Amino acid sequence: MRLIYTFLIFFSFLFFNLFAKDISTKEAEIFKNIRCLICQGQSIADSNSEFSQTLKLVVKDQIKEGKSKEEIYDFLIEKYGEWIVYKPTFSKNFILWLLPYIFLLLGGIVLFLLIKKRENTKTN
Amino acid sequence: MKINFKITLVLITVSFILFVFFLSLGQKSQYDTRDLIGKKIDNFNLKTLEGEKNITEVDLMDNEYTLINFWASWCSPCRAEHKYLIKIKNNLGLKILGVNFKDKNKNAIDFLNELGNPYSYIVKDNSGKHSIKFGVYGIPESILINKDLIVVKKFIGPIKKEDLELISKILKNL
Repeated sequence: MRLIYTFLIFFSFLFFNLFAKDISTKEAEIFKNIRCLICQGQSIADSNSEFSQTLKLVVKDQIKEGKSKEEIYDFLIEKYGEWIVYKPTFSKNFILWLLPYIFLLLGGIVLFLLIKKRENTKTN
Repeated sequence: MKINFKITLVLITVSFILFVFFLSLGQKSQYDTRDLIGKKIDNFNLKTLEGEKNITEVDLMDNEYTLINFWASWCSPCRAEHKYLIKIKNNLGLKILGVNFKDKNKNAIDFLNELGNPYSYIVKDNSGKHSIKFGVYGIPESILINKDLIVVKKFIGPIKKEDLELISKILKNL
């Protein structure tokens, strides 16, 4: 019986730690991706300004309410604009996200055509 | 038609660089108000300074316009703008909701006793979290809303003489 209790206590601690770690990782990730709008090049994770402190509280509350990262970012973007997040969202900036791939494809096509042209010149 | 690949490559690169520059021109690098104008404010339910009752967005729907002012007794620019808030109340008859931000009750009351009370309603935001729902960066800040609770204008920093004139113009266009 004592062994069962020991196991139960051990696993409850383990579970609690894992859960707490999960929340703090999510929290840290979000803090790092939110720009402190009144600071110079700092995220709210790095800043102790009044604005950052308050935003951290809001983010913590929203995490506790079970909101996802995207929901939290959407809320902040609605209030402060896209500039508040370091990583731009895909939906509004899909051109920016897709541009590197488009240019990679274009580069590949240009390279292919150049090689083909060179081969044609050699055979002629 | 023969295509010169080197020229094409240079043209593509140059257009790409120009395109990126063009995109970055539209990006704002500091805070502004354009994301809030025309949007409805979030619902809120805040306790009055005396803690007797709660004020919600519904209380503001009877006014044609309401100015929501975020202030604190410890904020010196708030002291500077206070005379204009008094003028807004006395000369323009605009109702002002004062959101007392991260402040002590006693200090807030002393501040109002010393400089006058321009507010029709005063609520407390002890943690500052409610102000984030209004898109506030810091204090003082003011938001002019209409009776549909739509943000008409947002003022970052203390209200100045020019702002007073602008508010007056907005009210005259009723």
